[in-house]
Parts: sequence; structure tokens; C-alpha cells
Amino acid sequence: MTQAAAFAPESEEEAAAIVRDAAARGQKYDITGGRARAGLGRPRRRGANLSTARLSGIVFYEPAEMVIALRAGTPVAEVEKLLAARGQMLPFEPMDHRPLYAAGGEPTIGGIVAGNISGPRRISAGAARDSLIGVRIVNGRGEAIKSGGRVMKNVTGLDLVKLVCGAHGTLGLVTEATFKLLPKPEREATVVIRRLDDKSAIAAMTAALGSPYGVSGAAHLTPGMGREFARTFFRVEGFASSVEHRVGELIKLLAPFGAKHALVEEESRRLWRGVRDAEFLAEPRERAVWRVSLAPSKGADFVAKLGPAALAHFYDWGGGLVWLASEASRAAGETIRAALAPFGGHATLTRAPDELRESVDVFEPLSPALTKLTAGIKASFDPDRIFNFERMYRGI
Amino acid sequence: MSHIAFPPPDPSILARRDAILAGLAAALPNGGLIVAEEERRAFETDALTAYRKLPLAVALPSSIDEIAAILKFCRRAGVNAVPRGAGTSLSGGAIPQEDAIVIGLSKMNRILEINLADRYARVEAGVTNLAISEAVAADGFFYAPDPSSQLACTIGGNIGMNSGGAHCLKYGVTTNNLLGLKVVLLDGEIVELGGAQLDSGGLDLMGLMTGSEGQLGVVAEAIVRLLPAPEGARPVLFGFDSAQAAGACVAAIIGAGILPVAMEYMDKLAIEICEAFAHAGYPLDVEAMLIIEVEGSAKEIDAELAKILAIAKEHGVKAVRECMSAMEAAQIWKGRKSAFGATGRVADYICMDGTVPTSRLPEALKRTGEIVAAHGLRVANVFHAGDGNMHPLILYNVNDPKEQAKAEAAGEDILKMCVDLGGCLTGEHGVGIEKRDLMGHQFSPADLAQQMRVRAVFDPDWRLNPAKVFPLAGRIAA
Repeated sequence: MTQAAAFAPESEEEAAAIVRDAAARGQKYDITGGRARAGLGRPRRRGANLSTARLSGIVFYEPAEMVIALRAGTPVAEVEKLLAARGQMLPFEPMDHRPLYAAGGEPTIGGIVAGNISGPRRISAGAARDSLIGVRIVNGRGEAIKSGGRVMKNVTGLDLVKLVCGAHGTLGLVTEATFKLLPKPEREATVVIRRLDDKSAIAAMTAALGSPYGVSGAAHLTPGMGREFARTFFRVEGFASSVEHRVGELIKLLAPFGAKHALVEEESRRLWRGVRDAEFLAEPRERAVWRVSLAPSKGADFVAKLGPAALAHFYDWGGGLVWLASEASRAAGETIRAALAPFGGHATLTRAPDELRESVDVFEPLSPALTKLTAGIKASFDPDRIFNFERMYRGI
Repeated sequence: MSHIAFPPPDPSILARRDAILAGLAAALPNGGLIVAEEERRAFETDALTAYRKLPLAVALPSSIDEIAAILKFCRRAGVNAVPRGAGTSLSGGAIPQEDAIVIGLSKMNRILEINLADRYARVEAGVTNLAISEAVAADGFFYAPDPSSQLACTIGGNIGMNSGGAHCLKYGVTTNNLLGLKVVLLDGEIVELGGAQLDSGGLDLMGLMTGSEGQLGVVAEAIVRLLPAPEGARPVLFGFDSAQAAGACVAAIIGAGILPVAMEYMDKLAIEICEAFAHAGYPLDVEAMLIIEVEGSAKEIDAELAKILAIAKEHGVKAVRECMSAMEAAQIWKGRKSAFGATGRVADYICMDGTVPTSRLPEALKRTGEIVAAHGLRVANVFHAGDGNMHPLILYNVNDPKEQAKAEAAGEDILKMCVDLGGCLTGEHGVGIEKRDLMGHQFSPADLAQQMRVRAVFDPDWRLNPAKVFPLAGRIAA
């Protein structure tokens, strides 16, 4: 048996045994899944790989309950295909990082949980953490633990599901995740407005998202992203007659901004895949890419304040998510964080070379009080720091 | 005699009462300290009225700095503290204990900021749930979670319990509708979690805090999401000859890819009780009734209701009543939302809150009836069918200790049954004291130990709401 295979457990019990053994030997692990998001977070330490590759497959799928439970190593693509066949979907439209990283690999369910990976529909259907209703993990004591379950409403005990989702594997090895689902919309359409500047685009998106028309995606692409002019997009989804009605109403509402027509079906889907995966920033490869979450009304002012430090940018979430390309340098990172400070919000360095993710804070730095809590929670799950040490913060 | 035990009061705390009152008075320079026994009585219980404990004192801070001063004092002096919103908890989450002070948030009831462009409201923890929606209704927005007690319950209490409501089938529960929190930790430190933006980086401490039942800190402020109100909404009543048919209809609607904004279930006894109280026009000749509400434009509503009606017919629906006006719609919801209060006019009751997978609803209903009958009591069922969150109301006489013991035993059996069917002990009311001793039925010792280790990061000495959530034996400190 090769060494890599030795650390690819086939069951939760086996994973727990490996971790107990690691605790005894002082062994550290980096958790890997499909290796499609290795660029997320701070660079890997020199731990051995603990892979979810063999923890794959569906635990159960109940279409009539709109619930699915999956082992962590299950490829996302396989899940989405299975759900589509039953007219359902993961509500949060998880981003695929491969275009941005120019990486191979296969995104897995475990990666979605670890990174709380969501997409444009986050504004209407919530993030991955909102659909995640149960997890099983192996903690750093080598104990198999569950939190949540398979029902949509569950407030029994502390909600460790939320802690685990977005913890980038620092609290334990996720072995299983249960999601609630949504019906896959029968139809989608996207209203388009051309040639708005950033501020007007955000005003238009704010009007649309404050309307009762159920906008499930609101993004603004700047000139050069697919066209030489700027374009602002508003997606509606649902039953065919309902989509038709709401597109009509949106075009009326947004007429003062110049709304006239809508993209439908495959054209619309292709566009939102691009927004979801930030593919407009994939090139040039040497640039750093940032994901900045802030109050939507502040998006344009933040970008304006950055001036030339913003080499390229576009907006999702109605202006509340700014995707930003910068020089891959410490100085650019400092400029971005300094510009963001007065607006409030969080900047995450999503793509950069290892050296830069080592020296620049990948996640928004924490206050001393939050650092203490974060370190305490890490220790409560993983006292010997077996999993993904320093993946999020130095020293934790 | 009640059988849920509180920890014995710590005599060393009771003996220091005068010094503790002096310390609290210093932390509350603007007043707000309640010491007289008759005034403390108002805080001795919540909506789980069978249990009462007179607190040592009640502190009503009027600012976040006063909360910080109180907590800092409690920690230093080694005093227990129980945070309290409006005291509407059905699980005893706000019931104090003799060696604890109550920190009541009722004075902190200001809406601090409404930002419609960014679709949020920033409010103090003592603001009522309904006050938020009322403040933005004229602008076409609302705050989504709508517990039945929304007229009285506070957002701080909603956060403590991660409250739901009838409309969370579409809009989610409290945790899905928060953007930020300002929390005071036991050492007096004030931390901000989240903000005006979605999905802040770092560990999701806001998600952890939500539903933590006042054990990790005191929430002083919240930034909640505001959603645009739908163009219109229409509830429709569907009556069935059997609970099974109604339950199967719910599963079929969801299975058909239709997600109504609410699907509420009432059985015959609940219908009778609520109709007598609210005169909502509920059908009295059916065994079970569903209130299904859909949203959108008039045309969208018509189209969706047509699909639902077709499914209901396949399941042998006996009576259908569409409301014709906003007033009728309000009546329909008034009947449902007053279910607990209306039941209280008929008898004392305890309200269970277990959740089961929706496919197991018919079985769960049947077994609930059997369990309660075996204890010689009656049960009214009224609950959120779309998400399997059951609310059996077990009727009994609170002045008869034997009946109370029977009611509690029946409740326990029902909750264990929910867990055994793949569900959980509590869908939206919280564990409190009521379900504390059943936690071992849902969680393994390792599951509970991990939760307690996280708890200990915030409160190593078990000072905050210490009698709740975790069984008294086997507690883990720092």
C-alpha cells in the first residue's frame, strides 16, 4: 500500500482511528478532497495528506423531502447531475474555483462545506451554510461527532454545523454533509442593461432587489468583460408563466436605467456560470484576486477609492460582493484593506501565489477578542492542532 | 411537584446577596435594578409556567456598556446570570434560578437604523419581532421569521432560540436572516460578529451564537435582513378526512417542486379551539386542515394554487376555502397564530416542538395520538407541516401534580419518537430546561462533550443560563 493510500480512510471509523493515532504520534494532517480549491486559505503546512477520496457516495436522497446526505469526497458534479434528474438543485449555486486557479481536480462536497462556497443565488437562497442542515466530522480527538441532522428545523443544542461550515478544515475532518434542496426552476431569464457606470448599476440593482419580483442574481460586469461596454444583469427563475410576468415587471421598473430586453435559458445560464466562477478575472494569471463582501451601497465608493490599485473588478450580490484583481503584492493588499476599512466589510485573498498568502492575511484580520475566541474554539475541537494548522490564521 | 431539577442554589451566592445588589447598583448608574420580592416575581417564569424560580435580583440595563458592566461584575463576583427578552420561551429558556440575576433587555428597545438600500435594520435586542416588520411595512419590506408570539417576543430572544415561524418554509429561520450581532461576552468584552454585509470571513460565530440560548454571551444589538414584501399573498384552507391524507398531501406538494411560503397543519381539536376563539371560518367537519399560503402576483398565485388544488384533490380533499379579501386572510392567520393562547383558555397545556422528516409525518401524528391516549390525556396538533416541525399541545390540569407528571411523560415519549423517526427534539423553541434531560437521546456523549467544550470557551465557569440545555450530570468546564 502506498503512503497516500494509507491516509485515505474508507469510513468514519477508519478516519477516527487515523486521527487518534496521529494524536499519539504528533502527526499533523492537511485535509484534501478533489484538489480543486487548494489555492484557498493560507498555504498548506507540511502535514501528511488526509484525503476524503474514498469517503465518497450518497448516504441518502429523499426527493420528496428535498434533502440529500453525502459523504465528503463525493464530486459536486455528480451530485448536481443526480439532483437535476429529479428536478432539484443545491440552492446556493456553489462556485467552481477551477477557472480562477487554472487547476484541475474535482470539486467535492467536503470542499463546499469547508469553504462555505456559494454563488450568485446567495442573495435570495442563502449561502452553503444556510442549506447545510447536518454534518458529521472527526475532531482532533479522533471522535466521530454529529451536529444538526436531516430536518430543516432543528435548534437542538449548539449549532456546530455553522462553525464547521467555512472553517476550512481547521476544526476537523468533515465526513458527511446533509443539505436541504430547492426545486430546480423550470425557467430562467436575465434582464440586461448596457452601459451603466458602477454607481448607476448599483442603484438599478438596489431597485430590483427591493422589488417583489424575486431577483435571484444581480451582477454588474465592467467594460471588457465579454463586451467592450458595461452590462448589468438581473436574473429571475421559476415557473415559466411567473418568469414571464416578472421579467415584464422588472423591465418596466428598470426602464429609467435603460432596461429593454432579457436573455433566456442557455444564454442566461452561461452568463451566470461566468459570474459564479469569476472567470472574467481568470486572466492574466499573475494577478491576485480578491473577494470583498460589504454593504451593497458602498461597493462603488470602495472601488473608486482604490483607484488604479483595482486592475479589474466586477460586482455580484447587487453590489455587495466586489470581485477584484490587483497586483500580487503586499503593498496592493495593504491598499485594499486600508481602502475597505472606512466602509466596513471583509476582503478575502482568493487567488495569489503561496508566498503572498503566507505574508498577507488571507482573511480579514481579527480583533484580539475574536482571535482569542477563534483560538479557543480551535483548541476545543483540535487541541493538538492536527488539522490544517494555520490555514486561516497565523498561530491557530 | 415538578420533576425537572434545577441545580441546588449555591449558598455562597445567596449569602452575598447584599454585596451583589450593591455591585449591580454600581453597574447601573441610571437605575434599573429590581430587588423587591413582589417585583422580582414578574421574572420568575416564562411561557413554561409550570416552573418558577425567584431570581436574586433583576437588572434592566439601558445600554450596551451597562450590560458589559453587569457581566464583568457577575464574572468577578461569581454570580450566575440569565438573559431574558420578553419571557415568552416555551421551553423554560428564560426561567431564572435563586442564585442568579436576570438580565432583562426590555429597556433596550430602540430601532437604531433602517437602511432600505442595503436591506437591513440595526436594532437593540429588546425590540419586538413585529416592531421591525411594522417599521418597514409602508416601504414594502418585512423581517421574515414570524414566531406566533411575534407581537411580544424580542429579537434578542429570537436570536437566543433561533426562532422560526409559519413562513420559514420559504424564508428560513432567524439564523438565515441575520447579518450581524453585537455581543457582550462574560468578561465584559464587546465583540461585533458579521456586519452590514453577507458572509463575513472567519469562523461563523454569529451562527454559533444564534440558538445558543443565552449561554455564550448577551446579544445587545442585531443587524437583521429586510426582504421586499411579495406582490400579494393568499392563504387557502384545505380540509381532509384523515391526518394521513393531509400529511401525504404535504409530501406530494413538496415532491412536485412547489414551495408554498407556508403549510400549516391543524387537527380537529385544534380547529375547534381556534375557531371558537378567532371565528376564522375554519371547517369544523374535517379531521385535519392545512393552511397553505402562496405568494406573488394575482396570476402567479392562481397558477400555483391550481397546481396545489390538483394535488389536494388526488389526496381526497374534502373542503377548500379560498379567502376573498385581505381581512379574511388576516382572520385565517389570526386563528392559527392564536392557537397556543386559545388552547390556554380551554386547558393548561405543554407544547412540544419536535421535528420529523416530512415523509414520516403521518406516522408521527398517529403515534403522538397513541402516546397521549395511553397516558389518559388529550392532544391538539397544530404545526408547521412543510418542514415537519410538530407542535402537539398536551392538555392537562396544572393544579393536578399527577396530571402534570403524565403530561410531561407523554411529552418525553413524543420527543423521543421524533428523534427515533430521524428528527430532533426541538425545531424552533429551544432546549431550555424542558428538553435538557433528553439531550442524551439525540446526541452521543462525544457530541455533547464537543458542544460543552465550545461552550466553555465562552463561559468556563458555567455562569450564563447554567441550568439549561445540557444535562446537569457530566458537564465539562474549561
